[in-house]
Amino acid sequence: MNKLALTLNVNGQDYDLLCEPSRTLAQALREDLGLTGTKVGCGVGDCGACTVLVDGQTVNSCLVLATQAAGKAIVTIEGLADGPKLHPIQEAFVEHGAIQCGFCSPGMILSAKALLDANPAPSELEIRQGLSGNLCRCTGYQKIVQAVDSAARTLRGERTVG
Amino acid sequence: MAQQFDVIGSRAPRLDGPAKATGQAIFADDLHFPGMLHGAILQSPHPHARVLSVDASAARRLPGVKAVITAAEVGTIKYGVSPARYDETLFATEKVRYVGDEIAAVAAVDLATALEALSLIKVEYDPLPAVFDPLEALAEGAPLIHDEFPGNVCAEVHQEFGDVEAALAKADYVRTDSLKNKRQDGGFIETHCAVAAPDLNGRVTLYSATQVPHYVQRNVAMVLGLDLSKLRVIKPYVGGGFGPKAEATPLDYCSTALALATGKPVKMAYTREQVFLHSRARHQFIHEMTTGVTRDGKLLALKHRAILDGGAYTSFGIATVYYSGSLLGGPYRMANMKYDGLRAFTNKPACGAQRGHGGVIARALFERQLDLIAKELGIDPVRMRLENMMEVGDVTCNDLNMSSLGMRECIEAVRDGSDWGAKKGKLPRGKGIGAACGFFVSGAGYPIYRSETYHSTVTLKVDEDGGGIKVLSASAEIGQGSDTVLGMIAAESLGVPLDLVRVESGSTDFGVDLGAYSSRQTLMSGHACRDAALMAKNRILGSVAAELGVDPADLDFKNGVLISLGPVLDIAPLRTRYRKEHRGWPNLPDGEALSFAEAARMAFLAQGSIVGTGQYKPPQLGGKYKGAAVGTSPAYGCSAQVVEVAVDLDTGQVRVESITDAHDCGRAINRTAVEGQMEGSISMGLGEALFEEVKFDAKGRVVNPSLGEYHIPTIQDMPAMKCIVVESDEPNGPFGAKEVGEGAIMPTIPAILNAVFDATGAVITELPLTPERVLRAIREAQGKE
Ligand code: FES
Ligand code: FES
Repeated sequence: MNKLALTLNVNGQDYDLLCEPSRTLAQALREDLGLTGTKVGCGVGDCGACTVLVDGQTVNSCLVLATQAAGKAIVTIEGLADGPKLHPIQEAFVEHGAIQCGFCSPGMILSAKALLDANPAPSELEIRQGLSGNLCRCTGYQKIVQAVDSAARTLRGERTVG
Repeated sequence: MAQQFDVIGSRAPRLDGPAKATGQAIFADDLHFPGMLHGAILQSPHPHARVLSVDASAARRLPGVKAVITAAEVGTIKYGVSPARYDETLFATEKVRYVGDEIAAVAAVDLATALEALSLIKVEYDPLPAVFDPLEALAEGAPLIHDEFPGNVCAEVHQEFGDVEAALAKADYVRTDSLKNKRQDGGFIETHCAVAAPDLNGRVTLYSATQVPHYVQRNVAMVLGLDLSKLRVIKPYVGGGFGPKAEATPLDYCSTALALATGKPVKMAYTREQVFLHSRARHQFIHEMTTGVTRDGKLLALKHRAILDGGAYTSFGIATVYYSGSLLGGPYRMANMKYDGLRAFTNKPACGAQRGHGGVIARALFERQLDLIAKELGIDPVRMRLENMMEVGDVTCNDLNMSSLGMRECIEAVRDGSDWGAKKGKLPRGKGIGAACGFFVSGAGYPIYRSETYHSTVTLKVDEDGGGIKVLSASAEIGQGSDTVLGMIAAESLGVPLDLVRVESGSTDFGVDLGAYSSRQTLMSGHACRDAALMAKNRILGSVAAELGVDPADLDFKNGVLISLGPVLDIAPLRTRYRKEHRGWPNLPDGEALSFAEAARMAFLAQGSIVGTGQYKPPQLGGKYKGAAVGTSPAYGCSAQVVEVAVDLDTGQVRVESITDAHDCGRAINRTAVEGQMEGSISMGLGEALFEEVKFDAKGRVVNPSLGEYHIPTIQDMPAMKCIVVESDEPNGPFGAKEVGEGAIMPTIPAILNAVFDATGAVITELPLTPERVLRAIREAQGKE
């Protein structure tokens, strides 16, 4: 099969790779770049586990071809923490018990990031709308909503995570 | 006097939280090994057919294919869940019994090649008539699915406690109701995955997304004829289980067999569609109950019949059909109970265990019926429950012992927390409020295979220097938080802060643990963990006491430092010795009291490595009747919920607006985790009540095998939940703890049904609550008015 050469910019770094035209972004991230924090729960756009940010927008990386993401700024869950310091959204998820099995968490956290970047003070309804593409079977979502609300306050400087 | 705890009862963040929040946590499909092959399984397209021949020669010749296995290669050793009912072989030889039954498996250099190889395997089938409906399967002349099981009867249970007919004859009011649900899917976001990696000494490590490493090890070794010592099972992080991951899957068997055949690591995973085809999730239940009460609502007797659609194999089904009867023994006093349960085989994927195993739909109907009775008698349904509920020390008619039971506290908490009194009977038409209760085991009283085995062992090792603690357990952290619970129990038992404790779990190398099912990890593994910690602590205190010349009984640790319950201690000589060993180090302990690290070091110098071990198995439980083991447990959690709904009277659309939930989990080890189990249980119950249904076409194929078409609750479906943790002190639980993982689902469906009844008068006899179904029931109710 003819492979294509492309460059993916992931978490601020360029990676050159050769891949088949049909390779999805999720496959490229997980298998070619070893960034397995991006999860695949369905492969067809139903669950949101594979959510990453492309130019700041959430996308289901299982539905996007790697080639379509070339030249764009891709952020995965591995790109959120600042060295050993968790991003305030990650910290809030841990603190509020918004993580159980954790399989939905990377996608959920990135959807929350996109939401809060666009809307720093979302209402509960807006939080629920913003995360509606991400399924979680473990938590019943309540602690996820609380975590996003808490992270929003932290990011707005209303409180610091202690 | 209330006991004071330093770690237990807190809201400590999960130990694995940061790893999971950053994508560092490794799940099975994240594993990669050099030279790893990819495997795939050929599954039957027929629901019922004779297999005349399997020709894999073309597949074997395909470049890139490294091994093909069929029944000819792996044999036909039968397996299943309960050894009394081993009715599966890894690959079908004579017959396939559902769309998805396994025929062969392939390992190849990549998945595309493996899938191409599957398409080259020629299977000759002779299709047989198939049957998909449990009632049709039980009818005369139905196609026979297993020769060994005439009439397609997989299992029958007939139990009677007391004298039901006599009690019903005395009752002032008797009514009969029925309810059926639909087959459910586990809906975990991580599909099953297994990676088997062989070494050069003939051993294999199987990494499996499982709830039960121990049973996977035993079954895979048995089926493949391996020495148990040659197979280690490691459970990486698991993306949810809820029951369907509580048994060895074909991926476990096949990846191990293919790894042995090729000498290479082999990865295999199910697609989402294959998760639906493998199933092992919630059965379809058809329940009918006749309950008799006195004029003032006292429960006298329950006559209960259930038919379960089991699918093509037994799996957990024997336990399921027992549980759906036995779990109605509580939490209400009822002296007379008769149960006739029957599990039918059909040509569909096998059902198994799912959160609230066997009891959820039975509970739904019974709690539904209580409301109908209360309405007829003009009694408030909450009051009726309060007047019938059991108390601590009660034993059910089927010999389940309520060694602790915060049932009253739960009912009162949700009554008051929901403002029940102001709302019940006072809401406008279309709005409704409903209540229900439930209870569940804290770990099955007996293992799945007959054995005197310990159910959990824990080894706790104190670092030779530095005072860190490592807990080694074969238990299964699957998201419920058992690693954190064990860490907290170890820390509390030792008297040290949680951050000194590391928990390593999920490997069969770490001991025996029956795994994460029947809500057993906190109580059973927690017991073993506490005992291991106490043994290690006593060793350390013994050495320190000898050095200090005091009685060890006068010493303890609290918050990581040595405390004296007796004489004032002179720790200076010990500190000096510790300091001499750490010359040049900054930040050495310098508090007034000896630190745990210093004490542990002194103990190591005196005794060598400090290791504690603990083990737990429940005492002999339950009665002597047939099936008495199912439903026994060292302890029972209980719960109550109040649900408020809005029903659109024109469309039948049901919207759950709020849920107030109270659960007696014994002593809460981790409050955040307890609430998490309550909230997660509610969401699964809500999904099952409102929309979850695995559908089949006329050829036995799942028509909605995706998370797009099979609707699990989204964040927008979930109402606000008020979760109230009710604590009791369970004498059989470590630190008084018991279950919360499954019992919390029990009241959800009936509370929703009762609220819909309150809102509309509609009597629903079939789940899920689709708008059409609700609308029809509303119209029927109106017709009767
Ligand atoms: S894996 Fe991409 S949406 Fe499910
Ligand atoms: S935490 Fe398990 S799916 Fe969300």
